[in-house]
Amino acid sequence: MNHPTEEELVLYHYGDAGDGTGTAAIDEHLRACQACQAGLDEVRRTLAAVDQLPVPDRGDHYGAEVWARIQPGFARHSPTWRERLFPTLTPQRLAWIGAAAALFFAAFVAGSRVPWQRFGVAPAPPVAQTPAAASQPTAADRERVQANVLLMAVGDHLERSQVTLSELVNTPGGPEVDISDEQQRARDLVSENRLYRQTALRTGEPAVASVLDDLERVLVEVANGPSTMNEAEFDQVRKRIDQQGIIFKVRVFGERVREAESRPIVRAGIRG
Amino acid sequence: MDENDARDVAQAQAGDEASFRRLVDRHSRGVFQLAFRLTGSEPDADDVVQEAFLKAYRELKRFESRSSFRTWVHRITVNCAYDLLRQRPRHRGESLDVDPSGGQGGGIEPEAEATAWPDRLAFGAEIQSRVRAALDLLTPTERTAFVLRHFEGRSLGEIGKALGLRTGATKHSIFRAVQKMRRALAPIVGQSAENTGRGLRQLQM
Repeated sequence: MNHPTEEELVLYHYGDAGDGTGTAAIDEHLRACQACQAGLDEVRRTLAAVDQLPVPDRGDHYGAEVWARIQPGFARHSPTWRERLFPTLTPQRLAWIGAAAALFFAAFVAGSRVPWQRFGVAPAPPVAQTPAAASQPTAADRERVQANVLLMAVGDHLERSQVTLSELVNTPGGPEVDISDEQQRARDLVSENRLYRQTALRTGEPAVASVLDDLERVLVEVANGPSTMNEAEFDQVRKRIDQQGIIFKVRVFGERVREAESRPIVRAGIRG
Repeated sequence: MDENDARDVAQAQAGDEASFRRLVDRHSRGVFQLAFRLTGSEPDADDVVQEAFLKAYRELKRFESRSSFRTWVHRITVNCAYDLLRQRPRHRGESLDVDPSGGQGGGIEPEAEATAWPDRLAFGAEIQSRVRAALDLLTPTERTAFVLRHFEGRSLGEIGKALGLRTGATKHSIFRAVQKMRRALAPIVGQSAENTGRGLRQLQM
């Protein structure tokens, strides 16, 4: 196999490198490649250093201390009728849910017009085949598999973008706000986004391309902006992201992709 | 579920405060340990413990014993700590240079490097300070995902469920956490390897 990436080595360390085949391939590679083995050793030394961080021991009486602090709170809390009926629905959450529902509805209406078959999410039309022919992958099968791989990649990309933008808008304000971390992630996402958008255009997926286009504008703005700013400047950035509703758009579209991705698309004949 | 926990949960659900107190006694240190690793601060961890047990008490009637009480209260703790981390101002951009006494801003002196083995304890304190600073560089999602995978040994599926992420994004968050710490700790991790070697050589002499 090729040299494993840094991400694959980290996941390998935790036993999360994928199925047994992936792990076995990395095992074999590490036996032959000193550079990768050294990289893995460095990851392990870093994590061993992290393990040296002690946790303060609170002692045997900690339970009594915690009890003394929480017990008065039991009596104070008497739930209102609203809490009894809707224990987790605050007015703010209800407003968010309302906005999300409106966007879901809009996405549903728009989505019903999207030719999802091109992404391989609709079942293939029945084709009469001989048993021998059925076991051979056709060009259409291969195209659907490729489309599904793209679909999964777009789904992951949308989710990463959503996490990055959500963390950005939820960054607490202050005299100086540092967004250098989100900015670096936005830079990484811009190049991926461009690739997926171009692929979506090439494969005739205007709805996908349109969401990716909106997302790209926001990512580029974040990536090219200042990494530190005062509270007012940061509020402007946050407002612009909120006004475009891009986080909701990405979330809603990501849900659709996820749903499409979970449907079976490949005939048993080409799975093995 | 542990037999004592099962009995105390059932009695607490029936309104017996003393039973809930026993659950607090039994689990508060473990909850503190998790909260401290997630927040990196003793006062914050104490607050999270308090909030987690209060929430557990209020939600106890909904607990259906499909998981253990420990797993359930730890899940609540993760949520409380995650919310707190997201509200907390970031400490990014702070210098990773630290002095061996644990204060920040000292850097690694060449003299200290030369006498590293006898100063092993101070060196350990320096590693701890740097690790603390490196953990502060992580976003709330990265930190929570990392703590749950590295210290708690949770599966990717469990972490994804706790943070509302798919497996791909969960893996990426863990990777980014390790990557950031690897970069931040690179100078001292190399020094640590040298130290260990030097120490072993001295012991063999």
